[in-house]
Amino acid sequence: MAASPDVSAASTDSAAGAGIRKAVVIGGNRIPFARANGAYTNASNQDMLTAALDGLVARFGLQDERIGEVAAGAVLKHSRDFNLTREAVLGSALSPETPVYDLQQACATGLETVMGLANKIKLGQIESGIAGGVDSASDAPIAVSEGLRAVLLELNRAKTLQQKLTAVAKLRPKDLAPNAPGTAEPRTGLSMGEHQALTTAAWNIPREAQDELALASHKNLAAAYDRGFFDDLVTPYHGLTRDANLRADTSLEKLGKLGPVFGKSLGEKATMTAGNSTPLTDGASTVLIGSEDYARAHDLPMLADIVDSEAAAVDFVHGKEGLLMAPAYAVPRLLARNNLTFDDFDYFEIHEAFAGTVLCHLAAWESEEFCRNKLGLDKPLGAIDRSKVNVNGSSLAAGHPFAATGGRIVATLAKLLHEKAAAEGNRGRGLISVCAAGGQGVVAILEAR
Amino acid sequence: MTDSYLTLVNTGLSKNIAKKLGLPRPAILRRYHPGQPLVPGPVLLIGSSAGTETLATELLAWGLDVRRHAGPKDKLGAIIAVLDEVSDPENLAEPMLAVGSSLRSLLPGGRVVTISRPASTADAPARAAARQGIEGALRSLAHELRGGATGNGILLDDAVDAQAPSALAALRFFLSGRSAYVDGQFLLVGSPQGELPADFDRPLAGQVAVVTGAARGIGAAIAKVLHRDGARVICVDVPAAGEQLAKVSNETGGTALQLDITSETAGQKILEHAHSRYGRLDIVVHNAGITRDKLLANMDEAKWNSVISVNIASQLRINEVLLASELFPQVPQVVSLASTSGIAGNRGQTNYAASKAGVIGMVAASAAAFAERGGTINAVAPGFIETEMTAKIPMATREIARRMLPSLQQGGLPLDVAETISFLVSDAAGGINGQTLRVCGQSLVGA
Repeated sequence: MAASPDVSAASTDSAAGAGIRKAVVIGGNRIPFARANGAYTNASNQDMLTAALDGLVARFGLQDERIGEVAAGAVLKHSRDFNLTREAVLGSALSPETPVYDLQQACATGLETVMGLANKIKLGQIESGIAGGVDSASDAPIAVSEGLRAVLLELNRAKTLQQKLTAVAKLRPKDLAPNAPGTAEPRTGLSMGEHQALTTAAWNIPREAQDELALASHKNLAAAYDRGFFDDLVTPYHGLTRDANLRADTSLEKLGKLGPVFGKSLGEKATMTAGNSTPLTDGASTVLIGSEDYARAHDLPMLADIVDSEAAAVDFVHGKEGLLMAPAYAVPRLLARNNLTFDDFDYFEIHEAFAGTVLCHLAAWESEEFCRNKLGLDKPLGAIDRSKVNVNGSSLAAGHPFAATGGRIVATLAKLLHEKAAAEGNRGRGLISVCAAGGQGVVAILEAR
Repeated sequence: MTDSYLTLVNTGLSKNIAKKLGLPRPAILRRYHPGQPLVPGPVLLIGSSAGTETLATELLAWGLDVRRHAGPKDKLGAIIAVLDEVSDPENLAEPMLAVGSSLRSLLPGGRVVTISRPASTADAPARAAARQGIEGALRSLAHELRGGATGNGILLDDAVDAQAPSALAALRFFLSGRSAYVDGQFLLVGSPQGELPADFDRPLAGQVAVVTGAARGIGAAIAKVLHRDGARVICVDVPAAGEQLAKVSNETGGTALQLDITSETAGQKILEHAHSRYGRLDIVVHNAGITRDKLLANMDEAKWNSVISVNIASQLRINEVLLASELFPQVPQVVSLASTSGIAGNRGQTNYAASKAGVIGMVAASAAAFAERGGTINAVAPGFIETEMTAKIPMATREIARRMLPSLQQGGLPLDVAETISFLVSDAAGGINGQTLRVCGQSLVGA
């Protein structure tokens, strides 16, 4: 099976024909996520993405196979990594004839790579795809200041000694300070955490509720590891066998002792701590997807159908909406298009950028006012059964290497759905919601096989 | 992990110095490479039984230069003595002395192989004495060989003749470089079962194998050799070893299955993986093992139990699942890793030796059940093998174990264990069942 070539093109279901085919999640692989400046301090994005790809190749016997297309990306990216994913594929056990593209959509990068490749599969353009994402906060690119950059460029253009001296003379001491990447929004100057702190306060989300959500994330992720759920989703890397941020023994008491780190200007109303916010994280994830024919021809499992997805963006610049609230708008549009309600879902994977983000979304969908005024609905979307939310933990426990989170969620949800379907004989659905910098969000539906 | 003394006494100036000083000079062993000649020179065939004649025909068909008498100047690649009809110790003189008179003609990496029958309580005392006598003679002869030459014996059950597939396969194995570190051993061919491969360099073509503990050391070598010999390999190891496991899987074009073999569902998961991804399962190698050494006086329950759990209890449970499963028409050919510690015992290894002796008992007692469903189960008992594990043994102890105890004067390689396993799991070895074969360079330990 490893040596057999990819089916060249789907003859019956090609884009030229009438049909839109199904795209299925076959499986996934990620490396454990590490806290920044921890186990992966000396690993580059390319190293980590290559490791995640090689683990996937090993799990599914894809050595030397030409995959239809590989798409991945990183949010914090060195300029030298313009072809990051292609370089990772060339360093992996996949066929060097596998075409590749890089993609970047902030924290939605990983989910969007899955959706982009799924659409190509549905249209019959490719048979198989590997979607992925990687980020290193430890090995982040550092740029020179704008002042120094301008001088260096002028120096490069200078021909005479005098021109060169003139250029150098423009250099000021402050120009020598490097620019480190931050999570500040360029148009507001506020960090993501400060933005969320405002939204959290606006929705009156209490501290205790945020800590409870963080606790559930840790407990759920730890339990999933303990029952071997991640045995075929995670491959150890650099000595790390579980996500380094996971605190199986944390408690409400321990979380309650942490002081606020965001929204301190709110004084008594500041609720967001290091415990209920995601830390800076290093890691990589991949997802193998394909057409049904591809999966069958290669004797590979089919965990879930990739049904549909929707992106949204909000105007946070003028204060019309909170920075991370775009999924609140994307979800109702996606549900309406697919004639579904929250009752039709067995699992909800709501990316925990901050506990407050998840709770603000849940509150918004329950709010008659929000649903009427912002979404234009005549009644609220309704409450989501909290026992269906992030049942195997999410970013608060696992950590959040920006572009790698989407792949983690898709592979986890697909396996969850498949397990439930195998045990109960039904075809359940799962809803994915991922917020992103720039006021964006991507949401998606998976259906069990 | 490397034996630098071995390199030193085999190269350049230091080779001459070692020679003059009379230091032990272990030979570089003749190891197998696909496509190489079976033996390094002509084969002297000794014996007068009916079986000898038909065997000569087989050897000629393999393209060997077969001699029935050796000239004084002939250099020999191997000496085969067919002793299947001896009935009295007095019959041994002629063939054994004939072997002896040609021993000096044996080329480096040469082979001596005897073919005889096992002594049993049903035999007349004189016949049993003759048959058992061969074992003593061969083992002693093997100690006399130098230059990486080895001596081994094939025991044919009374119902099996010398042309049985597994008899011929065992003979090829002992003659070839695959058996480089097997020395002074006897292997019983118990039935005429088995099928010779179309291509002796690809004996496992098209087959699917499971190797546990495949992430490193001997397990990784097994996966590579089974893959080289044609099998597709499912590499199994604990999730914590996943990074190495992925490397081995990608090197061997196999699939990685991260799995704790001590879990209740391990056997089922292995079967399901093989069934859904490959549709067949031909070979299972129970290689995963751990050591938790302590003198028995200092042993605690956790150390004892973890070794028993990984090294033997998990295998018993997985074998039950294999035997009970209806997923495949036949049960696979199984090889389980024993150890010379399980034969001779080893200070500080009561738990480990219990588990490894247990393996030897298990394969003997499981043979009938596996045979009934078209499979086999055997064990391989490695002696001192150069691995990351043995590299941690203190230097003096390590030198004694690798230099003084085996008659080949060196430790074996993971590859040597893997070659023996690849032979035992092949269809050609279908007539070998319930046996334990040592890969120990004829170590005195447990001899």
